[in-house]
Amino acid sequence: MPPVLELRGVSKQYPGHHAVDNVSLKLESGGFYSLLGPSGCGKTTTLRMIGGFEQPSTGEVLLDGSPVNALKPYQRNVCTVFQNYALFPHLTAQRNVEFGLRERGIRDAAERARRALDLVQLTSKHDSMPAQLSGGEKQRVALARSLVLEPRLLLLDEPLAALDPKLRKQMRAELKSMQRKSGITFLFVTHDQEEALSLSDRLAVMNAGRIEQFGTPEDVYLRPASAFVAGFLGAINWFGSAGVRPESTRLSEDAPETSLRARGAVESVLFLGNCVHVNVKLESGERAIAEVARDRRAPAEGENVWLHWHPADELRFE
Amino acid sequence: MRDRALGLYAGAALAFLHVPLLVLIGFSFNSSRFTIWQGFSLQWYRAAWSDPQLAEGLVNSTIIAICSAVLSTVIGTLAAYGMWRRTAPLVSGTLYLSLVTPEIVTGVSLLALFQWIFRFLRLPLGLHTVIVAHVAFSIAYVTIVIAARLRSYDRTLEEAAMDLGANEWTAFYRVTLPVLAPAIAAAALLALVVSFDDYVITSLVAGVDSETLPMVIYAMARRGVSPVVNAVSAFIVVIFGILVLISQRLQER
Amino acid sequence: MKLRTLFLLPARIWMAIFFAAPLAIVCAYSFLTRGDYGGVERPWSIESYTRLIDPLYAGILWRSLWIAALATALCVLLGFPLALFISRAGKRRNLYLQLVLLPFWTSFLVRTYAWLFILRDTGLINTALTGMHLIRKPLPLLYNDGAVLLGLVYNFLPFFVLPMYAALERLDPAVLEAAADLGARPMAIVWKVIIPVSAPGMAAGAVLVFIPCLGAFLTPDLLGGGKSVMLGNLIQNQFTTARDWPFGSAASIALMLASALLLAWVMRTRIAKEFL
Repeated sequence: MPPVLELRGVSKQYPGHHAVDNVSLKLESGGFYSLLGPSGCGKTTTLRMIGGFEQPSTGEVLLDGSPVNALKPYQRNVCTVFQNYALFPHLTAQRNVEFGLRERGIRDAAERARRALDLVQLTSKHDSMPAQLSGGEKQRVALARSLVLEPRLLLLDEPLAALDPKLRKQMRAELKSMQRKSGITFLFVTHDQEEALSLSDRLAVMNAGRIEQFGTPEDVYLRPASAFVAGFLGAINWFGSAGVRPESTRLSEDAPETSLRARGAVESVLFLGNCVHVNVKLESGERAIAEVARDRRAPAEGENVWLHWHPADELRFE
Repeated sequence: MRDRALGLYAGAALAFLHVPLLVLIGFSFNSSRFTIWQGFSLQWYRAAWSDPQLAEGLVNSTIIAICSAVLSTVIGTLAAYGMWRRTAPLVSGTLYLSLVTPEIVTGVSLLALFQWIFRFLRLPLGLHTVIVAHVAFSIAYVTIVIAARLRSYDRTLEEAAMDLGANEWTAFYRVTLPVLAPAIAAAALLALVVSFDDYVITSLVAGVDSETLPMVIYAMARRGVSPVVNAVSAFIVVIFGILVLISQRLQER
Repeated sequence: MKLRTLFLLPARIWMAIFFAAPLAIVCAYSFLTRGDYGGVERPWSIESYTRLIDPLYAGILWRSLWIAALATALCVLLGFPLALFISRAGKRRNLYLQLVLLPFWTSFLVRTYAWLFILRDTGLINTALTGMHLIRKPLPLLYNDGAVLLGLVYNFLPFFVLPMYAALERLDPAVLEAAADLGARPMAIVWKVIIPVSAPGMAAGAVLVFIPCLGAFLTPDLLGGGKSVMLGNLIQNQFTTARDWPFGSAASIALMLASALLLAWVMRTRIAKEFL
């Protein structure tokens, strides 16, 4: 079975720089995948090339094993949920969802559209115009509009970016369940690492047009392939050339009996609700964060402390 | 203190802009033919209504305006959309040039063209030449209105349509066109008004048998004092005012 | 064929045949000679152009230039305070803008005729003044340069107010407050801050008035009688009564060039680009 999506050496070049630089990727059917990276890393451009809105400068895009470079968006069995939802302002929610079905000449378009709206829990709003819908509701209509066409691949361009944090968390769970239920392959683009880690079966971390690592959430977090990936996926302390995550950095007042240690003075203590972050300025001048359990006594500002860690928790890169 | 002076000045300036028209409209109801108010009367309106020349002029102007508005709105809308997809500097440059070209020059150049063509085609000047001329200068107005609306139009809407299976034409027809509809109506009204009001170009390319309303009014105005002209003018002012107001409302949608 | 090319086609064809080609024909005619029966024929010559600078016609050229310039200056002088007022009107600014533009959208012919009605010997002013026994004979208010000037300013004032207002609106109010904070009095702020900063908008508005004034036909025709002949009237005359098409063409090309050059110059400013 060929992968649902394959990118072979895809590049997008603009005068002066590579927006996307020699990207190769394989996505298997039925998974939830993410493209994670900072703004400007090329993830949206990559998505647009898969959707057919941009042409690659070099390389091939293959859907289900067939090259689709020459195909227009309406000829590809791929649907996109746009960042600003792109709902047709002159049509009701119902008609928005029916749009693709009518385009294909499907007879029971209205029925299928209503079922899709049920799936995203918007039955009561099927007659509303986009202007009357909230951000979350618009997003669900956009989702229903694409899902109802049962594409081979669904592309989502930072769909949760415009929502407030609480709604975002709720929508995350709904998206995941929708993907499982429909079985459609999702490719989700985001700059939020928490989102990518919590939703994906596998994720690709992008930087400056290249994919730095493609793996499971555990892979990229615990075994990052580069310093960039390590730093992007979470906070990281640098002790010389060794990187250690705050949750693996232990704090003690007396000198520990290991060579993997560093001394410093406490700058500030932040209570984060579920844990405590102690900001330490090391003797070397660098700064580090130690994550301390809530019930332990937190040191005072100015106090001298030792930070130490296990060799297994070290992350080293060339 | 200075703001009050500015306010007084603005009031005077606005009065300057409006009083002549108000005076004209006011005196169109004057029962006397002299410029002394002698009582309210609708006689000039009745006279205007029953004047055969004015009637013919009105009919001709209406036919020309409608034909010209339809053609220029279609051509102009398509052009504005085409330029929005990707800039076409030659087309937009030509359209802007047509806006700035003095009417007299547009008029005489079209006259020259028609005389030259009609040597071979043996067609006279008439309503058709006027319509052609009006379309030529109206396209730019339509394009400006539609281009302004397109500037705030979300490009991803058409991408979404294509993503859902519509090709370029269907995306335009089923998504963009409905959204543009108010602006198109506004542009058509504008083209209507601009065509109806034209004197200079029309007078040059109209030929003998196709007098438009402005041409009739012009002839009457030059001949001398006729309050009938006041009545027609008042009528035109009100009609144009309403049409333009509707057009502006449509553009705000 | 790509959809976009198809959509641009009607406009391209129409403008090519009914705008560009006519201008090309006129350009060609300007280098030909007047035929016996009023048409055009060879030889090719630049005689029509040299005749333009002839003292006989130089007066018309000169009058067109100075009337247009004066009308523009008056529009700037009268229009700037009005635009300033509107830009400070807060919530009512759109209302005032509409009030300024409304007469502009009525018929040009009617607006010009209105002054005919007011200024002529049996018009409003003269009748009123005679009625109040302030004068015995009617004042010759019509059929002179002054009447033409009045008509032009009246018709084209909104042409200036709109871009001027657009430029003033763009002014950051914080800049004005800073000037006041540094000790500048209100009039000084206008002279030293507002006018210099909005100068490009002022220039754009001025050119947008000057160009149509230069090529005016109807206003000098109705309000000037035969006494105030401008370039537009000259051209019309050559193509109708005088039947000297080469000469009329040369005048047309001269007028076109002047207008196009001025437009090109003003298009380089930001305000004009947003406006057109």
